[in-house]
Amino acid sequence: MIPNNLLRSSTFRLGVLYMALFGFSVLLLLGFIYWTTAGFMERQTLATINAEIQGLQERYELLGLAGLIQVINERVNTASSGDSLYLLTNSHFKPLAGNLKEWPEARAINEGWIHFILDKNGHQQITAAAKHFLLRGNFHLLVGRNVSEKERVQSMIIDSLGWGLAITFVLGMVGAVFITKGVQRRLDVINRTCQDIIRGDLTRRIPLSGTGDEFDRLVQNVNDMLDQIERLMRGIREVSDNVAHDLRSPLNRLRGRLETSLMGNPTKEELEQTVMQSIEQTDDLLQTFNALLRIAQAEAGSKRDSQSLFDLGKTGRDLVELYLPLAEEKGLELTSDLEEGAFVLGSRHLLSQALSNLLDNAIKYTPTGGSVFMAVTSTPAGPICRIEDSGPGVPPEFRDKVLERFYRLESSRSAPGSGLGLSLVAAVARQHKAVLTLTDSALGGLAIVLSFPRPPAKSWHPPEPEES
Amino acid sequence: MRLLIIEDDLEAAAYMVKGLKESGYNVDHVADGKEGLYKVAGEEYDAIIVDRMLPGVDGLTIVTTMRSAGNKTPVLILSALGEVDDRVRGLRAGGDDYLTKPYAFAELLARLESLLRRGKETAPVTKLRVADLEMDLISRKVTRADQTVDLQPKEFALLEYLMRHAGHVVTRTMLLENVWDYAFDPQTNVIDVHISRLRQKIDKGFDKPLLQTVRGVGYSLRDSE
Repeated sequence: MIPNNLLRSSTFRLGVLYMALFGFSVLLLLGFIYWTTAGFMERQTLATINAEIQGLQERYELLGLAGLIQVINERVNTASSGDSLYLLTNSHFKPLAGNLKEWPEARAINEGWIHFILDKNGHQQITAAAKHFLLRGNFHLLVGRNVSEKERVQSMIIDSLGWGLAITFVLGMVGAVFITKGVQRRLDVINRTCQDIIRGDLTRRIPLSGTGDEFDRLVQNVNDMLDQIERLMRGIREVSDNVAHDLRSPLNRLRGRLETSLMGNPTKEELEQTVMQSIEQTDDLLQTFNALLRIAQAEAGSKRDSQSLFDLGKTGRDLVELYLPLAEEKGLELTSDLEEGAFVLGSRHLLSQALSNLLDNAIKYTPTGGSVFMAVTSTPAGPICRIEDSGPGVPPEFRDKVLERFYRLESSRSAPGSGLGLSLVAAVARQHKAVLTLTDSALGGLAIVLSFPRPPAKSWHPPEPEES
Repeated sequence: MRLLIIEDDLEAAAYMVKGLKESGYNVDHVADGKEGLYKVAGEEYDAIIVDRMLPGVDGLTIVTTMRSAGNKTPVLILSALGEVDDRVRGLRAGGDDYLTKPYAFAELLARLESLLRRGKETAPVTKLRVADLEMDLISRKVTRADQTVDLQPKEFALLEYLMRHAGHVVTRTMLLENVWDYAFDPQTNVIDVHISRLRQKIDKGFDKPLLQTVRGVGYSLRDSE
């Protein structure tokens, strides 16, 4: 009746579990209701009978047998409802007074409670509950009540309680199935999409229901995750393409050089010369390779443990200090305006490398006599780092191109370099959610601006404890 | 000097063994982590070069095991994993230095020499001396032939590192890592410029140059006699 996949569903199992708990609660509640209604009626009856026997016994003690018979007869005659039953017998159970013709068959030898059924007025069967009491002189006294009505009410209550429980179970089961179906429908959509993606269609995304509930939030997160994965996959593909294109040719040159060096009759000096050149070329290759890996790593996003909150101004000052001699040697004026306390959350090492690439480029491409300027300012929107030079600049139409891997402007081909420096900067900027802009500099050359987002205050790390 | 190399890449190991033997070291080589662990526990070495990823027992486990057993032999970890986090993990595990593959043999040799020297440093030094060049680490004064040499803070740090490794080759990467705390290679010869500035200050006007360039490798501060 219940489909197999429903039984395996954890939502359904939860529903059933909840239903069982709920059923148990209903059972407790109904039990309490029974105890306070039907039970109360029963206790009431027994208490009345006890009180009556008490009264009759006192009358007997006071007035003797004749007085008791008189009282019983009075009660039989005046009892309005006719529900009260009385019977007084001698020691042989021969009736002396009362409204019962004979001692009921379910007789107790001694005192105690008895239940019996009797024909009243010859045709109506009634259920009675009575107490058998032994009076002094071996007279048996039976005081009872017609409890037919009470029994009927009691069985009605039990019946309705049973039905109530059954309805609870049925409704609970229907509810569990209904809720399970609803949840399963949502999950099925997610699962189907995941299956498609596993089969290789990385462009698929899970549709949002638009309610903004926890499922939508889950779906949103999964979709964001897929976007990130797709981006990374594309990055990996690009890297391997680039490696194939741009490492193959220098490797080929290297191989050619080594191969030709063996041709003819090379002297020891010639061979040494070739080996030295080859080592240098290998070093260049390794550097390119390392740069590619670093870009890939920066693009792969942040690893949490290498992230810290660091002062961009201080990082900039260290870098300017590192590059000042190089600039001076080339006859450039390297100036800076570095505001300390401009904090950035991220990897200090990667960012240092990116900024060092920018300084490196600025110094490399600015002709002697020019100037390079580095600034770090703190704005309400977040820290901004600016590196400007008076060099040849980059024409606007090439500003996106130079960020691509291995792309080099024709004019810069003569300078050493792999065309990976700015790609790393772009990757690091993306990783730090910084906006990278290439514009014209007031100095006459290129200005590269990195606008960082404001660091989250809650990730404020210990270095400035008084701020936390 | 006895060295142990734990490296599963046999070709790389052979070339390392050859180079180190030619440099005058006594070299043992094992290719498997478990065997390496036995060797480390059973024999005395002056330094150990261990590859991070090994069959059997990995390199970091070997280092942590020997450190927890109280073995203080200097360890150089070799690894293809070169990110800052990987280095930190390697050094935290008890490694003394960390070299990323691919590396130049000269770099390996320079770092190894630096490690072997570090083991010998006992009392904290307050004065460094190479020929007639003197550095007082407390008053932060540098003199050569009793003439004061004025240095910028970074130049001081650079010279201090070179003097602490006097007589040995120091590579550009080692300088960047130890003096500037950068874990990357700049594209240009920025280190060379700093060195040549330092050279101007300590060697200019003296007939005996102390700061040597070792072609293709790095630098060395030595008494040329």
